[in-house]
Amino acid sequence: MTTDTKTIKTLVDKEYKYGFVTEIEADSIPRGLNEETIHMISAKKNEPEWMLKWRLKAYRHWAKMKKEKGEPKWVNVKYPSIDYQDIIYYSAPKPKKELKSLDEVDPDILKTFEKLGIPLEEQKKLSGVAVDAVFDSVSVATTFKEKLAEMGIIFCSFSEAVLNHPDLIQKYMGSVVPYTDNFFATLNSAVFTDGSFCYIPEGVRCPMELSTYFRINAESTGQFERTLIIAEPGSTVSYLEGCTAPMRDKNQLHAAVVELIALDDATIKYSTIQNWYPGDKDGKGGIYNFVTKRGKCLGRNSHISWTQVETGSAITWKYPGCILQGDNSIGEFYSVALTNNHQQADTGTKMIHIGKNTRSTIISKGISAGYGQNTYRGMVKILKGATGARNYTQCDSLLIGDKCGAHTFPYIEVKNPTAQMEHEASTTRIGEDQMFYCKQRGISTEDAISLIVSGFCKKVFRELPMEFAVEAQRLLSVSLEGSVG
Amino acid sequence: MLEIKNLHAKVDSFEILKGVDLEVNAGEVHSIMGPNASGKSTLAQVLTGRETYKVTAGEILYEGKNLLDMTPEVRACEGVFMAFQYPVEIPGVGSAYFLKAALNAIRKHHGIEEIDAMDFLALAKEKMKLLNIDEKLLNRSINEGFSGGEKKRNEIFQMAILEPKLCIMDETDSGLDIDAMKVVAKGVNALRSPERAIIIITHYQRLLKYIVPDFVHVLVDGRIVKSGGKDLALELEDKGYAWVEEEAVKSK
Repeated sequence: MTTDTKTIKTLVDKEYKYGFVTEIEADSIPRGLNEETIHMISAKKNEPEWMLKWRLKAYRHWAKMKKEKGEPKWVNVKYPSIDYQDIIYYSAPKPKKELKSLDEVDPDILKTFEKLGIPLEEQKKLSGVAVDAVFDSVSVATTFKEKLAEMGIIFCSFSEAVLNHPDLIQKYMGSVVPYTDNFFATLNSAVFTDGSFCYIPEGVRCPMELSTYFRINAESTGQFERTLIIAEPGSTVSYLEGCTAPMRDKNQLHAAVVELIALDDATIKYSTIQNWYPGDKDGKGGIYNFVTKRGKCLGRNSHISWTQVETGSAITWKYPGCILQGDNSIGEFYSVALTNNHQQADTGTKMIHIGKNTRSTIISKGISAGYGQNTYRGMVKILKGATGARNYTQCDSLLIGDKCGAHTFPYIEVKNPTAQMEHEASTTRIGEDQMFYCKQRGISTEDAISLIVSGFCKKVFRELPMEFAVEAQRLLSVSLEGSVG
Repeated sequence: MLEIKNLHAKVDSFEILKGVDLEVNAGEVHSIMGPNASGKSTLAQVLTGRETYKVTAGEILYEGKNLLDMTPEVRACEGVFMAFQYPVEIPGVGSAYFLKAALNAIRKHHGIEEIDAMDFLALAKEKMKLLNIDEKLLNRSINEGFSGGEKKRNEIFQMAILEPKLCIMDETDSGLDIDAMKVVAKGVNALRSPERAIIIITHYQRLLKYIVPDFVHVLVDGRIVKSGGKDLALELEDKGYAWVEEEAVKSK
């Protein structure tokens, strides 16, 4: 493809648009991790004793894991070992005083979010999205709090929830992802700094999209956020998170934990548009994104749906899953994961069927371009009591160019003979004939690729909230620019 | 409009076109006929710029400009259109979306403002009526699950929307039953105009009953060995290609 090669040359140097750094003074603790660090983080956040104790338990467990086995080895990604003593575990924009309104937020930070296209100002009410903005380690602003509070909805930073809603935190934190769950979740449990908390009371349909925007700014900082969403019986909520980071030569660690709890007849829809800095075209820098996300359909007829569009990060390691405990509960996973240049992704889902007549759907679309390596790893487990359980899995891979790779590791474990399982998988290449067909109609190489790729991802995109579907599509075509060759 | 001079082209190391000369003017309909493997489809691919086909000698002038210097998409934007012999499926991409993107790419190339969705839909509906195409087709993915006849009709529909100057129809009649062929012919005839040239590539004379060409050329072994009026097609139907081939050998 000679003309295509030319196109690449002109486009390959397109830069990551969100890679700027905001110059603000930060209040950071020294590099390194030990019990003292945990005490420091907890003290910075004025946490109650029980929170500190929980962190310390997690830390001791992590230290043991690190000594015994280290990081998980089964993942299909390669990276040099991480020096956990070289990371700053807490960094907050100065001055750190209690913020009463957006007017008190550092204007430079507000400008950062504005640059990223995140509406934080109260006058942007028309956009109909409530936003919690997390900058480095702390939540800097949450919009629409009062309006939501009228309906009994709590939407605030995790730190605030620890102070103001300790009963809910103590009841649910770690109930879906225990602090012993895995290496990175355990690390997060010890050092997490902030994140979002949502609580939807019984019978309430949340009237707007709730959204958290995560931004890593400071250098050598790890971001360890924790999100907890609780949907009481009969409630409904749709939540979206977005992520970006500056361009740095050094890899930065992001290890988050997200826990969702849906009670009887409740619905939680959780969408992610992940665009952490992926590193440069030679694979230098970028975010290591090691995330544990899990939802528990605790109640009957509850419904949890994960939709993710993963275009960023040097390495992505995440498996948003559902524990389908309540009878008739439904778990869904819709994913688009794209790896370009030297990005690596090992992602998929876990669906654990416990209750009767539980259903799960998995639609995974992996796109590999450049030297990208894309792995789908999925587990569907039907336990003994899950009579009438059903799963449908479809995982498709699309290859662009001949230096990338797609890998699929499905695990299926069925202990109930009434279960119905369907699994479909395909790997395709963007065909020269498809490209030529588009070009013969006047469509440029770039547009043809983004057209074909968005066609490939259609089933996932239509699960995203309207305004984000457009963003996702745009993001995908930007991330793919210059990928054909 | 189109001047092909001494065109040589190869695929891999096989020379397929061995010196094609052809002149096509606006308003004319040319038919290129010939036996299997004579190079008919290769000619279409070379004209539209498929990269697997390498031009080794000769030149192609299109409206006075060197066509071989243009990328496939520029050729398309300049008005070169091919109705594919095997239209490809693009899963998940709606026909309407695709065609609107194509039309707007061409409009942008000419500095015309983009057409909006409403106007596009009105235009599409008008052209669909002309070709007896079900409007539902607009919402389906391009060519996915289309029958052979639907695919071919869809190509003509695209042609009607994009209004190219030079239409190349690569064996559009293959795989069509007589009714579908009539519909296709009706569509093509409606597109005949003094500003437009049409090249019909076909094995058989049958399509030419419905789209009557001004000129018929016989391509044998990479060269045009005989040219004539519409009656030549009938003669070929009668006698087959063998006599033209013999004649060509004699004249050498």
